[in-house]
Amino acid sequence: MYTPTFDYYRPKTLDEAIALLGKNKGAKVLAGGHSLLPAMKLRVAQPAALVDIGRIKGLSAIKAGKKEVKIGALTTHAAVAASAELAKACPILCETAAMLGDTQVRNRGTMGGSLAHADPAADYPTVMIALEATMTAMGKKGERDISAGKFFKDLLTTALKADEILTTITVPAYRNFPNMGGCYLKHRHPASSYAVVGVAAMVGLVDGKVGRVSLAVGGATVNPVRCSAAESALVGSAPTDDAIAAAAAKVAEAIANPMSDLYATADYRIRLATVMAKRALMTAAQRAM
Amino acid sequence: MAKYVGTSMKRREDPRFIQGKGGYVANISLPNMAYLAIKRSPYGHARIKKINTKKAAKLPGVIAVFTGQDLIDGGVGKLPCGWNVPNIKVPTRWPLTIDKVRHVGDGVACVVAESAYIAADAVDLIEVEYESLPAVTDAKQAAEKGAPVVHDEAPDNVSYTWGIGDKAAMEEAFKTADHIVQLDLVNQRLIPTAMEPRAAVAQWNAATEDMTLWTTSQNPSPIRLLLSAFTLGIPEHKLRVISPDVGGGFGSKIFHYPEEIITPWVARKINRPVKWVSTRTEASTTDSQGRDHVTHCRMALKNDGTITGIDVKTWSNQGAYISTFAPLIPTALYLTLLSGLYKVKGIWGEMVGTLTNTVPVDAYRGAGRPEASYLIERLVDIAARELKIDPIEIRRKNFIPKNEFPYQTPVAFVYDSGDYGALFDKVEQMANYKQLRADQAEARKKGKLIGVGVAGCIEASGPAPSAVAGSLGSAVGFWESAKLRVHPTGKVQVYTGSHAHGQGHETTFAQVVADELGVKPEDVEVVHGDTAQIPFGMGTYGSRSISVGGSAIVRASEKLRAKALKIAAHQLEAAEEDLVYDQETGKVYVKGSPNKAKAFGELAFAAYTAHNLPAGLEPGFEETHFYDPANFTFPNSAHIAQVEVDADTGEVKIQKYVAVDDVGKVINPLIVEGQIVGGIVQGVGQALTEHGAYDEHGQLLTATLMEYAVPHADMFPMIETGRIETASPHNPLGVKGAGEMGTIAATVTIANAVMDALAPLGVRHIEMPLTPEKVWKAMQGSK
Repeated sequence: MYTPTFDYYRPKTLDEAIALLGKNKGAKVLAGGHSLLPAMKLRVAQPAALVDIGRIKGLSAIKAGKKEVKIGALTTHAAVAASAELAKACPILCETAAMLGDTQVRNRGTMGGSLAHADPAADYPTVMIALEATMTAMGKKGERDISAGKFFKDLLTTALKADEILTTITVPAYRNFPNMGGCYLKHRHPASSYAVVGVAAMVGLVDGKVGRVSLAVGGATVNPVRCSAAESALVGSAPTDDAIAAAAAKVAEAIANPMSDLYATADYRIRLATVMAKRALMTAAQRAM
Repeated sequence: MAKYVGTSMKRREDPRFIQGKGGYVANISLPNMAYLAIKRSPYGHARIKKINTKKAAKLPGVIAVFTGQDLIDGGVGKLPCGWNVPNIKVPTRWPLTIDKVRHVGDGVACVVAESAYIAADAVDLIEVEYESLPAVTDAKQAAEKGAPVVHDEAPDNVSYTWGIGDKAAMEEAFKTADHIVQLDLVNQRLIPTAMEPRAAVAQWNAATEDMTLWTTSQNPSPIRLLLSAFTLGIPEHKLRVISPDVGGGFGSKIFHYPEEIITPWVARKINRPVKWVSTRTEASTTDSQGRDHVTHCRMALKNDGTITGIDVKTWSNQGAYISTFAPLIPTALYLTLLSGLYKVKGIWGEMVGTLTNTVPVDAYRGAGRPEASYLIERLVDIAARELKIDPIEIRRKNFIPKNEFPYQTPVAFVYDSGDYGALFDKVEQMANYKQLRADQAEARKKGKLIGVGVAGCIEASGPAPSAVAGSLGSAVGFWESAKLRVHPTGKVQVYTGSHAHGQGHETTFAQVVADELGVKPEDVEVVHGDTAQIPFGMGTYGSRSISVGGSAIVRASEKLRAKALKIAAHQLEAAEEDLVYDQETGKVYVKGSPNKAKAFGELAFAAYTAHNLPAGLEPGFEETHFYDPANFTFPNSAHIAQVEVDADTGEVKIQKYVAVDDVGKVINPLIVEGQIVGGIVQGVGQALTEHGAYDEHGQLLTATLMEYAVPHADMFPMIETGRIETASPHNPLGVKGAGEMGTIAATVTIANAVMDALAPLGVRHIEMPLTPEKVWKAMQGSK
């Protein structure tokens, strides 16, 4: 459990951090360190340099507007879980953050760190897909927005460039909209507590029928997926148990190349995704009422 | 009479542990200390072609690099086996291997450096050229023809075979049976997961040629003996072994490990203090592991549920090398328990101990006894279902009646005491068993999968009468020592050969001494773990500390009381037989005249001033006793659990858990409850989540805590515990072991509960751990 030798930088500003990333090939950004440091201790990750962004000011604010919420990338899971503003505007994030890791992880780990790491078993990516979040990244050439759907590229891979830093996550303040409900469910790995499968469901009701729905499944594949067939099947129906079950039965269609391991085979991940989608949609629909 | 024994005193060691003030091996830092790291095999099985240490040796900060051959040339010996069943083959095990690597984690070389970081970097620079070989990891497949050979010294991979019981009576029982239950089962491999990983620090004094070794051991005296006589060659009087605060062992810290040989060897070689601390991954790939049986078993019954025969054949995975006590576990602590709580004549069990390309297997909490309980209680449960008898009723039908103790089983043991009927009365009442069954019937109507699991288990704890152990293959005796030193002011220090690594001996033993001598517990200090202070002691495992170590303390106390009486008789000018030693107050007086008493402190002081002692009585006030137990003790338990299985996903949720245990007389109910509850949690871990899994190449798939699932607190409801006390007649305290009973009973209780939940679907048996996917697949298969 001893890391290889590495250089360590602790810039005070974002510009300084970006410059350091440009200068040091193979440098990694260090935020909460709860994914990166264990990997380094196992010597799976051996970055030549770490750029610790933990002391950069202004990256951990939560700003809730009427339409959207902006969350600084350095916001810890504990801060997200406990945020009164988020509980009002976008409670699915509080629900998710409270289920993440353990107390120590929640106190140190950050939303931006989790998203930039893009672990298939992480919770936030699935929720961001369902929320159609926007990630804002800062690089040498300035700021750019990346939609959640385009942010996650592959296993542990995002659209972020080596010298870009994720700064802000923007999500809809859906609870300010009429009749919107959300729900995140996870099946925890009994050892790691990571999501074997995580399901995020957003349901909006119009006159008692499902007006819009977004359903994302994480953990089954290298990146979380939107379940469009299931969504289409539900739109326009009343959110009855039968209608939701019929929609959830189509979740499997979205899961290409499911992952498999000692704890859960591909078949079982699809089973979990289907059952949990049904349950998450039901809860989201109830919360929408 | 007892003032402190039987009371729930808070553990006096806890303030230092919960404030991070414990003194563990890894906390030790000595001037000029160097750091050791081990190069380990990434292969399950491979021949070592070449080891190149040049690059590592050149790294700045590296002091030296050694291979297995360097150690042998430097005089280290082979690791011995301490339990030799007849005709056993114990293949060669060097501290670092020289010819082949036989499991992932097998050590091939070591580096000592100025820092732990440099040592880790240097380990990566050691180049080992391997020729990969086919591996075998399964206990039974290892014994099949054509299996890869782990050691040339055992070409069939069989280390030993063993059998016990009355084979003819067993065969007769099956011939005349009304009903036979047959079951093949696997008791899966477990990885002991103590909070503190193993560690060693060694300091060589070149001037006096003394070695001090701090090591995380459950039994420092035997480790010193093995180091002196077999592996390191430093004589016992020049070798001090200290096992300070140890953060959990569960059996895995009993054994003699290569690192506690290598660390002092290197310390002497470089003439500097050396420290080695295991990483968690090293713990998973080098600490001796638990269970790992493949078993075919069957039970013969009459139609009324009377059990007439039990027939067992087991292949026990011993791993790549024979660990210190490995052959004991599946023989004298497993097959000898096949009678369970039941009066059965026709019992026969046989065992094949096989060598495989896996981490060695040895004692792990329960050690053989959970494996025995699991198979007996699974068989009884299946029999109950097939014969349509309530699972508690079938058990009651077969209990050894309470008036038949001591009871001789057909598999060697003589059970001491018990009242299994009362045990089940209590658990049925506490759990409201009839209501649980009624609730279950209601829930089933609604399509819910509710299960009620029952198990009744026996344990043999407190090893062991030394002569009996010797006749079964032990190389050592299993007595325990205690030295009680009373200071001139009457304060007491207890030097015990037992070792605490979570058990709370400092509290419990003080309670015993307080009542034996009539002093306050706070005036008693318990010292353990340092061979320079304690008499030779056998250490702690097999739930033996209170029944064997505690009994030694009682006997030493009796010697002190006898001496106190002699001094008091002299000073009070009375005959010894006219005196009363009041164990509540520590005062000695002439019967009927309590006002004219000598206090304990006065007598202690008198023993040291020696101004006025009876003629011929030696001064001083300390006594030692080596206590060899007359028998094991036999704790027993009745547990009931209620579970719900998620019909859609197969997830198991424990809704209720009630445990009633008979661990004999209880010294500290708070500590015993903690032991029982902790044991239950560990047992549930085997039932639901834990599995040390290998692939066919010998890769351990669960080498970190990201994959290996120890139970989490949120899996449990409040565990309800109750007790009945039948005193063991085998020791002066009437105690039985309490440390393992929870683990022994919980695994099969939960397995039975899950199978009970799934019974309406026709599911008969699922191998552990009962993960959601396995349960769900079994449910699908049954449709």
